[in-house]
Formats: sequence, C-alpha cells, structure tokens
Amino acid sequence: MLQVSDLHVRIGSRRGVVRAVDGVSLEVPQGEAVGLVGESGSGKSMTLKAVLGVLPPEAKVISGEVLLDGRNLVGLSHAELNKVRGTKLAMIFQEPMSALNPVMRVGRQIAEGPQVHLGMNRAKATERALDLMRRVGIPDPERRFRAFPHEFSGGMRQRVMIAMALSCEPEVILCDEPTTALDVTIQDQILRLLAKLCRESGVSLVFVTHDLPVVAQVCQRLAVMYAGQVVEQGVVREVLTEPRHPYTLGLVRSAPDVDQVRSSLVAIPGSPPSLVTPPAGCRFHPRCKFAEEDCLVTEPPLRLISPGHATACLHHERCAESLRAERAEIAAAKDGAAHTETAHAEEAER
Amino acid sequence: MSAVTITDTPGAGGTPPEAGTAQRVRTRRAQWYKQPALMAGLVIVGLILLACIAAPLLTPYNPNTQDLNNTLAGFSSKHWLGTDQLGRDTFTRLLYGGRVDLRVAFLAVLFPFVLGTILGSISGYFGGWVDTIIMRIVDIVVAFPFFVLVIALVFVLGNGERSIYVAITLVGWVSYARITRGEILVAKRQEYVLAAQSGGLGHLRIMGRHLMPNVISQGIIYGMSDIVQDILAIVTLSYLGLGIQPPTADWGTMISDGQNFLTTHWQLTTIPGLAVVATGFGLSLIGDGLADLLRPGQS
Repeated sequence: MLQVSDLHVRIGSRRGVVRAVDGVSLEVPQGEAVGLVGESGSGKSMTLKAVLGVLPPEAKVISGEVLLDGRNLVGLSHAELNKVRGTKLAMIFQEPMSALNPVMRVGRQIAEGPQVHLGMNRAKATERALDLMRRVGIPDPERRFRAFPHEFSGGMRQRVMIAMALSCEPEVILCDEPTTALDVTIQDQILRLLAKLCRESGVSLVFVTHDLPVVAQVCQRLAVMYAGQVVEQGVVREVLTEPRHPYTLGLVRSAPDVDQVRSSLVAIPGSPPSLVTPPAGCRFHPRCKFAEEDCLVTEPPLRLISPGHATACLHHERCAESLRAERAEIAAAKDGAAHTETAHAEEAER
Repeated sequence: MSAVTITDTPGAGGTPPEAGTAQRVRTRRAQWYKQPALMAGLVIVGLILLACIAAPLLTPYNPNTQDLNNTLAGFSSKHWLGTDQLGRDTFTRLLYGGRVDLRVAFLAVLFPFVLGTILGSISGYFGGWVDTIIMRIVDIVVAFPFFVLVIALVFVLGNGERSIYVAITLVGWVSYARITRGEILVAKRQEYVLAAQSGGLGHLRIMGRHLMPNVISQGIIYGMSDIVQDILAIVTLSYLGLGIQPPTADWGTMISDGQNFLTTHWQLTTIPGLAVVATGFGLSLIGDGLADLLRPGQS
C-alpha cells in the first residue's frame, strides 16, 4: 500500500519559489487504481516524480512522507531508493517514443530491469522479456525483441513501456498520462490492458490524467488536484456524478458526456493561478462563481462530507444545488421534447 | 518522399514524424558505401595502411641498414625512391616510418578519446561542483595552444613514444570532454533517462548503457579529424628531435634528415611530406563521410 501524506514540493525558479505540490495526501490501497486529475501545472506529475524520487534538480521535497508498506521513501539514499524503484514502484510515461532509449533494442530494455534487480542472467531475462511481451499483447515477440523503438507504432511502444513497468512485478505502477499521446481506439486497448493487468496481478495504479472518461473507465478512486492541492477525493462514480467542489464540477461540465447528455460544454473561466504567489484563502476563488467573503480568507481543509468522499470547498452544498438545478432543467427539456413529440403524434393521428 | 513515409501508416497509432526520419537515417547508414567522401578516404587510408603492414613483403631492405657505398642515390629500379645520406632505402624507411607514425597516431587519439569521454560524461551527467572542477581544468588546458603545450610536456617528460602518448592525452582530452559534456547535457534531459532512473538503474549503468550510445558519435567524428592533427604533431615532434628517436624511421625524422639536402635531393624531404599529406587527406575524408553518416536529420 502506498500512502502519501502532506507532501510539499517546491521548485526554485527565477520568478521565485514555486509551490508545485502543497500538502497533498493520497492513499493507494493494494490492487486499486487511483486517478489523479487536474489541469496542466496542477502538480500531478510533480507528485508522481516526488514519490519516485526523480524530481528535477531544481525541485525539492520540503516536507511530508511517502510511505510504501510503512517505509518512508523521502530522504532515502540514492542506492536504497534504487532498490525500491523498478522492483516495487514503476512508472509509465506519457510519450513512449521519448521514454524509450532510441538506440537500444526494445527486448533488451524490457530485460534490463530483471537483469539488474532480480539478478537474472541474460538468457533468463530474455525469456522473461519475451513472456512479458506476450502478456502485454505484442505479436511475434521473438522477432520484435530485436526491433528498435522507432520501428514500433505508438500503441506498441506503450505496450513495451507497460512490459518494462511490469518486468519486476511492482506493487504500484505510476502512470503519467499513459494514453494522452495515443489515438482513441489504441487508447481504449491500452486502458483495457492496464485494467486487466491490475486485476490479474493485484498491482495498484496511480493514474495521472486530465481525461475524466479515462478515469471513469480505469479507476476506483479519484483525487482532483488544483494548484498543487487535492481539492476533492472519493470513489470515482460518486465524485463524477455528485461533484462537491466547484472545480470538479467545472471539469465535469467541460468534458463531454460522463454521465448524461448535455447540450453544451462549459469551460472554466480564467486560468490556473501562479504557484509563486497563490491566491489567499481558497485557491480556486478567483475562478469560482460560488465564492463568498470567507473563501478569500480561510484556506479550506479537505473535509469528509460522506463516507469516502472529501472536499475542500466551504460551500459544497451550492455545487450540489447547481447540479440539481441543471439536472432538473435537462429533465424538463427532455420532458418538453417528449410532450411536443406526443402532441405531434396525436395531431398526425387526427 | 518524406510525405510518403509519414502518411502511409494510418493505423499506426499516431506515428510521430521522427520515426520517419530515423528510418531514413537507418537506410542511409545501411548504404554507407554510397558516400563518395567516405569511400575515397577509406581507399586512400586503406592503401597506406596495407602498404605499411605489408612492408616486409614489399621491400627486401631493412630500414636501418646502411650502405655507405651507395648514399644519396636517385630513383632506380633497385631503390625505387633512392637512398638517403647513409645509403638507407627511402621507400623502405617510408613504409616502416608509416608503421610507427600511424600506430602512434591511432593510440594518441584513443587515449584522449577515452579519458575525455569519461570525464566529459561525468561532468555533464552529475553537474554541480564536479562539473565546475572538470570544466575549469579544461579551460586551463584550452588556454594554451595545442602544439606549445605538447612540445613543452614532451620536453619535460623526455623524448620517446611514451611521452608522446602522455603529452597528447593530457592536452587532447579536453576537446572530447567538451564535446561529450555538451551532448550529455542535452541527452540527460530526455525522458528515457528519467525512465531509466525511475526503473531504479544506477548512475553508471545509465551513463554507460543508456547515454553513451546516444552521444558517442560526435566524439568519434571529432576523433577522425583529431587523428590528422596528431599525425602532424608526431611528425612535428620528431622533426624537432623530440619524438621518435633515430635510428627508428618515421616521417618526421626523415623530413628533418633530408632538409640538409633540400636543394640537391628534394625527394628526401618531399616524399615523406607527401605521405603525411596523403594520410591526413584520407583521414579527413573519412571524418567528413562519418559526420554525414552519423549526423541525424539531414539527407
């Protein structure tokens, strides 16, 4: 089980200190997939990198813990961390082309992990790589083993990445937008593959994305991040159908058809705040239509509103209200349409 | 042609255009023999190498055997390129001299190449104070002209082949270090390095197995032009009496020995000089050809 508690990551930049991750807490139970959703720059990727200890040199974990089976990974030495990375934690990247070494044969790249971490010899590791390639659905693995990444299509490359991530049977796989660079049909294949592997081998997934339908397809739990903080957290279905934070509500309304047919998509006004000088109080208040006086002052904590559903909005009832109103409107419109239809039908009968 | 490679794979799941480029580079590499510069260079250097290696078969003479009854002879069927002031066969000395010069030149590129590449990649990969220290040393060495420093070092270390290696290595590594450092600085930002780190691979493995194959080609290309400079350096040192010691034949000593007879027996200096020029020309052509071949993205 992977637990992140109160993680703070700061990045030094010319414009000042960026509070990229500001008090993020997450829990990834064994065998579950947790979605991490938010706009670009909301700190999703930084959180993953901090968990793995591969932050860029200008970024630092200021405080907080990353517990893997009760052991804190923050502050481990490079050598100790290397024993955890690859064996217990693995990562799948967004761009499989750039995340694979262009001059190494894909088979060798898959076999490298077992060779280094499991002490396998070359022949055994090759066997295992071929086995993994079969498992992730790469056809004709014996021939593909010797191919270079550029000879693969995007979807096949992502399968290679998945095979690499699985190569040492990790407990948690961190996925950084693994399907963003793929077209929709391939995306679906890859998601099904990940979900299947997750079920079969009991691997937990942390799934970073900004694509809500993807989260709905793969994950059981969901955390929504905004400006370096988790603003809403809970079971996927509940968070997506009953969002209790205006930002989540905005995300749901800007995505086509998660739950119901909507007539128009609504964009969230404004743009994400600077993380050098984040707004006081609730960080979403400048873009929030429900914002009140108190939102400008108090920084709202993440509070449980029902079992397994937490939000950091002081006025979360207003989200629910707004949602109810919208639904009523849609229902009314549908009703109206139905009425006119029957009216038309009756007229035709006469 | 580029349009075809990109559009003919509609179902490939968004094949990025660089895949097409990589493909072209590979086909171009597979047809290396179609590069005129590379081929010409390989032929020239190949012939010279072959002649030097096969020296005992090509000439019946010993390069150091003197024949004082037959000094300063002109071209003849017995002595193709004549003899020098001690009656030694010039052709024989040319071939045996080439053996020495080419061997020394090759090793004098290999040592700085290895040292510079290792230090350069450490510098670029780790950055920070390691980088600062190594790069300041590079700056110090670069501040002196190549020949001045090599000559000074050989002077301090004493004459002979070993001093040449040491001197050229100590001076020559800086170029390789700079080239490799620059390449590593770019390459280490690539995602595959991050992926390797996330996979729990050690620094040594990442540098050696993942970065090195991606950055080594620039060093190799530079090495090809560097070998020309090294041949010149060795010949120059020998000419100055600091390099290969007599009676061992080498092109530099031959030139300096012959210069006393320049007005009467021009061939004694000109022929080894031409050998230096031909070798340098051939190696430069190979270097250019390799650069074209290994540099990606241009056709």
